[in-house]
Formats: sequence, C-alpha cells, structure tokens
Amino acid sequence: MTRPFSDPSVSGAARSGVADDGGRSLWSDAVSRLRRNRAAMWSCTFLTIVVLLCFIVPFFPIIQDPAVQDLSGRNASPSAGHWMGTDHLGRDLLARVLHGGRISILVGLVTTLVSLTIGVCIGAVAGYAGGRIDALLMRVVDVLYSLPFLIIVILFSALAKSHTERLTDGITALTGWNRDAVAPFTGLLPLFVAIGALSWLNLSRIVRASVQDLAGREFVEAARSLGLPHHRILFHHILPNAVGPIVVYATLTIPGVMLFEATLSFLGMGVQPPYSSWGVLIKDGADRMLSNSLLLVFPSILFVLTLLSLNFLGDGLRDALDPKSSRD
Amino acid sequence: MTRVILQRLLQGLLVLFVLATLTFFLVRALPYGPFQDERAVPSHVRERLEQLHGYDKPLVVQYAMRLGNLARGELGTSLKVMEGREVTAILAQAFPVSLALGLMAMLIAVPVGVAAGVIAAVRRNRVVDYAVMAVALLGICLPNFVIGPVLAELFGRRLAWFPVSGWEPRDLSFMILPAVTLGLGSAAYLSRLTRTGMVEVLHQDFIRTARAKGQRESWVVLRHALRGGLIPPVAYLGPAFAATVSGSVVVESIFQVPGIGRLFIKAIETSDEALIMGPVLIYGSLIVVANFLADLVQLWLNPRLRSNS
Repeated sequence: MTRPFSDPSVSGAARSGVADDGGRSLWSDAVSRLRRNRAAMWSCTFLTIVVLLCFIVPFFPIIQDPAVQDLSGRNASPSAGHWMGTDHLGRDLLARVLHGGRISILVGLVTTLVSLTIGVCIGAVAGYAGGRIDALLMRVVDVLYSLPFLIIVILFSALAKSHTERLTDGITALTGWNRDAVAPFTGLLPLFVAIGALSWLNLSRIVRASVQDLAGREFVEAARSLGLPHHRILFHHILPNAVGPIVVYATLTIPGVMLFEATLSFLGMGVQPPYSSWGVLIKDGADRMLSNSLLLVFPSILFVLTLLSLNFLGDGLRDALDPKSSRD
Repeated sequence: MTRVILQRLLQGLLVLFVLATLTFFLVRALPYGPFQDERAVPSHVRERLEQLHGYDKPLVVQYAMRLGNLARGELGTSLKVMEGREVTAILAQAFPVSLALGLMAMLIAVPVGVAAGVIAAVRRNRVVDYAVMAVALLGICLPNFVIGPVLAELFGRRLAWFPVSGWEPRDLSFMILPAVTLGLGSAAYLSRLTRTGMVEVLHQDFIRTARAKGQRESWVVLRHALRGGLIPPVAYLGPAFAATVSGSVVVESIFQVPGIGRLFIKAIETSDEALIMGPVLIYGSLIVVANFLADLVQLWLNPRLRSNS
C-alpha cells in the first residue's frame, strides 16, 4: 500500500516545507503531476487572473464606480470608455462584473471554509470513534442527505435574511465599529450559514472513509501505544495524512457553492442590493435579454468559465494526489 | 430483503418528520407572521384571527397540533397567497404540473445521459470521448437560470418553435423547453457516471471472453457490459431526481409554470406557513420514493448486493 498522503514522514516533510533527502517526496511528485496536466494549469492561470481582476483592479481608477449611473448613455455597446458597454441604468458593466465577482468568489471561499470545518469535524469523529457514535452521525448524514437541499437553503436564507438588520445593530453596538463596515459582512452572513450548514455532507463521508482507513495503520497504533490522547492522535497524526482528499473535495465544493449562491440570488433570496454578485447580474441580464443581450452574455461567460476552471482544477488535483482513483 | 425495505420506509418517515419539524420552526422564526399586512390590521381583528388559527397557543402545542394534522393528511389552509383555500386543493392543481415537468425532464435526461456515457466509454480517449465529456462538464457548470432564458430566446422567440412561457394542460409544446432546461444538468452528470461505470466493466475478463467468442461488439456492449456499467448511474438516479425536483423551483419561475415550485417561492415571500409546508413535504416524499426505487433497481442490477442483505 503506497498510496500518497498515507506515509506520515511525507506529510511531516511537506508541512515543514523540507523535501526528503534523496528521492522526491510524494507531494513534489503530485505537484509535478499537476504541472503536466494542461487543463488544470490553464484553469489555475485563469482563476488567478480572475481573482486578481476582481480583488485588485477595482481599486484602480481605470475602472469606474459600478454604482454611478449615466442615464444618457444607457445600454451602450462596448467602447473604449466602457469595455463591456453599459446596463439599463448606464452603469459600466465591466465594473459591475468585477465587483459582483468579488462577492461571488468571497461567498464561494468562505462558505466552503464553513462546510469544510463542519464536514472534517463530523467525518473525523465518526471515522475515528466508530461504533455507536459513527452509526448515529452517519444516520444523521443520511437523513440530511435525503432532504431537498435547495428548498431548505431557501428557507434558511429567508430566515437569516430577516434577522440581518438586528445582527448588524448588535455587532455595531457590541464592538463600536462603523455600521457601514459591518453591514456588507452581515449582509452575506445568511448565505455563508445557509449554504455552509448543508453542504458538508459529501465531505464528511469522504473524511470518514479516509480516517477509518488511516486509523488501522501501524503509525497510529504506534501513537496509541505511546499513550497519546485521542484528540492528539486524530488531529496531529491522522488528519494531516488525509489532507489530500480533503483538498480535492474542498476545491470541488467551491463551484457547487458558487452555483447555489447564484441560484439563490437569481430567485431574489441571495445577495441583496446595494451589493451584487454574478447571480444578481445574470438575473438582471435575463430580465433584459431583449433590449441588451450583452448584459446576460458577459456575466454568464465569466461565471461559467470560473466554475469550469474550478472543476478542472479539482479533477487535476485528484489525479495528481491520488493517481489510483483517476478516471481511467 | 423485507428487512431492508422496512428499514428504508422507516428512514423515509424519519426524513419527512425532520423536514416537517425543520420547516415549522424555520417559518415560525420568521419575524413577519401571516397576519401582518402592508395595511395595519386592527389589533382586535388580529387577535381574533390568531385565535381562529390557533396562533395564540404556545409554540410547542401548535407544533404538536400541526404534526397531528399532518399525520392525518390535513395540510391546513393557505392564509396569504390564496387566502382561505385548502392547501390540499391548491396542491391538487399544482402538483400534477410539477410532476409532469419533472418526469419529462428525467425522460429526456436518462436516455441522453446514458447514451452519451456509453458512446464516450466505447470510444475512450478518442475525439468523440473528449467532445462528449467537454459538453457534459459544460452542462454541469451551465446553471439552469442561464440555459432557460437562452433557450426561451432562441427556440421561443427567434425560431418560434415552442411557446416562450406559460402552461396549457395536455399541451406538450409548453413542456419541452422547461423540461430540457431542467434535465440538462442531470443528463450531464449521468453521462459522466455511465462512462466511468462502462470503462470499468469493459476492462473485465467476462467482456474479453464475450469478445473471444466472436460476438459482435455492439452485442458485447449492450448485452454484457451495459448491465454492470449502469450501476453507478442508477445509484445516482435518486439524487438526480431530487436535484431535478428542486431545480423546478428555478425553472418554474423562469417559464411561468404554475407548479408547486412557484407556489413555494410565493409562499416564502409572504411566510404562508401551510403553503410552505405542503410543497416542502411533497418535495421530501418525492425524494424518499425516488431513492427507494433507485435502491430496488440497484438490487436488481447487482446480485452481489442481494446476497449481503
């Protein structure tokens, strides 16, 4: 059994950033496998560019303020002044797409972090404890898995949305921060919670399977015979070796989560004005497809390409980290 | 075998119970109740209304009453969207529409997805395979709220083959565009799973034996390989149907289809509890039934599962 990320010495080396002496570590093997995967590398480049554009470029003056309306220049075609043209209120579409992308990507990353935390904890405990705890947790996962996911998320976000104001007030009162600085965060919080609270199911199953597999290995037995406490064995010895599958499925969770955010926003239950996301822009574009189809085309293309890249990258990571499970 | 079925039914009941509980408390936690209006309702009127519908009792008592009513099959009355009408009556009209749409979507998705997957697997690592898998990935990443408006524009307005939106009972032409939009995602997933399953089976010894006997390749693929290759996609049929059913919420509002998805969205906007509970439980039961049927088909396809259970 020489699966990668199952050898403790390797992950130890990777963690400290030192390659093993003589011979290549399995992680550097994985990196070189990933480098050879052209689709994954192109996706990686594309994602880097999109993230840079969305998070850095809006601060440069070449991009206009997405909120500034120019009612005399409505639905303009692309030009030197407006690279993607303008929308039905004369707002620069490029600026709107970049600002919207920032929210979409932020929601994707933070929500995935939420679901990662829950999924890893539940999966690890179930896989390590076994017996009744395992059976109970996995029954819970089974039941949650049979729920109509989108429906529950819509209910959740309706609830969370209705408490946004109160939450903003609370945080402002508690910390004394500027209300305008708190509001964007609490406005997105419903999405993080609603989607994150239900998207960890697959991840927990995967973590459980790898923890179960690892818990029977010799190095865990060694750790146990040293008398280490359970939490130390689990978090310092087992989980670092399960990082591979966790990274892969976290990457594959991001596009799913972004799709959910966009769906909710499309239904008017996600990101609320004055903020917008790709989902909101696509909704706006679909409503005005007849007068100006570019409003639908540009946000959709960027959104779909981002999702595609994340999927390619996730598949590439899976093939690189675990060559045995690759598609062929 | 009987034990497995009983176990599944019990789990299905548990799922519905959890769903009803979750929905009840989530809706009740909403700050705006069914008796709040844009116009201020006089307080004595409101009190009377609350009394009439049992909203003045403690929440736990209301919850117990609600569960009791649900167990007897009484869904209550809509208080907001369709004031005063029985939810059962509303759903009796809306549900057949959604069901027809969902079944039509699956009817499109399953053959298309399976056929694409089989073709890709047979022509593995050739141009056809790459093309099919690229389209499939695109199908997964293209959200239905992008495909829907584009299809409506292209086939509805420009080519005028199908109606742009709306619904006529017993008129298939209204069903095509929404059903295609709804089924595309599932077709894409199914094609990927079928390809994986087929590739694995085509490597096995009994396939080599069949070929060595001189059987035609099409016979080998369809008669011998397909049964084993279908196991992964069939395992996904339950979740696929669930995704299709939930997706109808989006598609019904794009194409103005009068199904339970659109009712659900309207009910949420006005926190009409009875009318939220109805569609949620229908969605839940559909998923439970679909998972159950998928399990049965899996047992039939895979004899190894039978001996274990």
